[in-house]
Amino acid sequence: MSILKQSKGFWLSVIISLVFFGVVQWLISSEVLNSYYTNTLFTLSINIILAISLHLIIGITGQFSIGHAGFLAVGAYASAIMTMKLEMPFPVALIVGGIVATIAGLIIGIPSLRLKGDYLAIATLGFGEIVRIIFLNIDYVGGASGMQVMNLTTWPWVYACLLISIIVIVNFTNSTHGRACISIRENEIASDAMGINTTYYKVIAFAIGSFFAGVAGGLYAHNFYIIQPTNFGFLKSFDILIFVVLGGLGSLSGAVIAAIILTIVSTFLQDYAETRMIIYSLVLIIMMLFRPQGLLGTREITSFFKKSKDAGGGTQNGNKQTTA
Amino acid sequence: MEIIQQLVNGISLGSIYALIALGYTMVYGIVKLINFAHGDVFMIGSFIGFYSITFLHLGFFPALIISMVVCAILGVVIERIAYKPLRNATRIAALITAIGVSLLIEYGMIYLRGAQPEAYPINTLPSKSIHLLGITINSQSLFILGISIVLMIVLQFIVHKTKTGKAMRAVSHDAEAAKLMGISVDRTISATFAIGSALAGAAGVIFGTYYIKIEPLMGLIPGIKAFVAAVLGGIGIIPGAMVGGLLLGVIESLVSAFGYSLWRDGVAFVVLILILIFRPSGLFGKNFKEKV
Repeated sequence: MSILKQSKGFWLSVIISLVFFGVVQWLISSEVLNSYYTNTLFTLSINIILAISLHLIIGITGQFSIGHAGFLAVGAYASAIMTMKLEMPFPVALIVGGIVATIAGLIIGIPSLRLKGDYLAIATLGFGEIVRIIFLNIDYVGGASGMQVMNLTTWPWVYACLLISIIVIVNFTNSTHGRACISIRENEIASDAMGINTTYYKVIAFAIGSFFAGVAGGLYAHNFYIIQPTNFGFLKSFDILIFVVLGGLGSLSGAVIAAIILTIVSTFLQDYAETRMIIYSLVLIIMMLFRPQGLLGTREITSFFKKSKDAGGGTQNGNKQTTA
Repeated sequence: MEIIQQLVNGISLGSIYALIALGYTMVYGIVKLINFAHGDVFMIGSFIGFYSITFLHLGFFPALIISMVVCAILGVVIERIAYKPLRNATRIAALITAIGVSLLIEYGMIYLRGAQPEAYPINTLPSKSIHLLGITINSQSLFILGISIVLMIVLQFIVHKTKTGKAMRAVSHDAEAAKLMGISVDRTISATFAIGSALAGAAGVIFGTYYIKIEPLMGLIPGIKAFVAAVLGGIGIIPGAMVGGLLLGVIESLVSAFGYSLWRDGVAFVVLILILIFRPSGLFGKNFKEKV
């Protein structure tokens, strides 16, 4: 019975996602959505991918990494080099962007994941900045003036990447590995004592997170006509961090919802950049003062509809967040 | 000779980093929080110095003192509003709040006065070139070094000879025990924030006089580099912050001297990551075993 129910849920979600894809594709091709809205939709999807890739690192594994724009930059530049310099097709560029970002994630992850809490945060922040400075100083990718990129990002690619990243991260979270990661978040020393190879799981989570950040970078690069190192500074990292923190540290649907809300809000406030940042910062401070676990805590949106079913992302009972 | 001149520049720059790093290290030593907003207090200090010199027509030293006082008050206000309610929350919550406060100060400043840079008046400090054994040293560098050294001596005096300093050391050693011994932990933390922020304000005015250009977003990079300096010397250790700051300044100047000035910021972060990996407790720190 439960198997039948599960497969019914599976087919239902397949149908819903296909219908959603078709409707949006029809809206775009019939030009109901003009290029401005299409662009916003792409930005929205890219932000969701970024938010859930960071969610895996911070929310699930509890590793406080605030240099995510570094992986985004690596993916963006790697895929832009693929399409613009080596004339590879777009999907290859996306995958290469993801792989190069994974390699960057491993290079930074293996040594620095020995650090904890604040130190890891500062090390990753430094890493993000190093990446930016490296791209700033390489003439091959245009240095400070940036790199011209073709506009190749289309709805099928964006949607496919979004779906794949959500599916992979949800399945990872609910697998043995995901459970191990959650136990590291809850108490690293205890999970180490229980025989969990903490370094291994932290690096795995870091690698998967950076892979999807790299893919998002590829989409991001090909959504604009130019990419510049200044696009990938501290502020971009903080933007992504805010999605995860606001939605709830440990809640995937929370991160998605926060990404959607904040992207829409910042699109409306595009002309008032400083107002936008003031609102962002006030939201961060007030959120931390009154609800440090974020909007949803470690709960998922589905858990509000059905009480019994395990929705992944961590403990259901008690919204306690005990990240180091 | 070129190298020695760069060393002198590096020491001036390093003394600015050291002044900011002292605030980081003191706050971290007591509340175990990376006060991200510290670099922005430095920026505010710089602007207050600028306005007191240009609009109030004050000299360098009155401007320095006004800036230190205002920054001290600002530091205490930030602590009271944003950090005090989170004293018992998770470290990440406190860190995120600190990032929020930092962004709020930066963009609040841009909102109030715009993002355009401002140029410090040039002749606030006597600027003469002193020739010594074939090296040219600007008298401003010497002034900066002198002021920084005086401030650091004052800080050492406060920390080691006064009651507040004793309380600060006690709280940083063990807040619970200090409370039991009748030390007001809240007041001590406020004093720490006040002293640290005053030093950042002083660093801001000195930075403006030396580098001329100031802008609302300027706190970020010196702030993070000062944090690198604090980690380099061993965070929580006051002499470590001074040595770390000077060392970082010298390293940066040497990198520039060898013709890699574009990589200067990157080198600071590479130093940070190397230190964190190989000697996480810093040059002066001792290793502690983690208690379960």
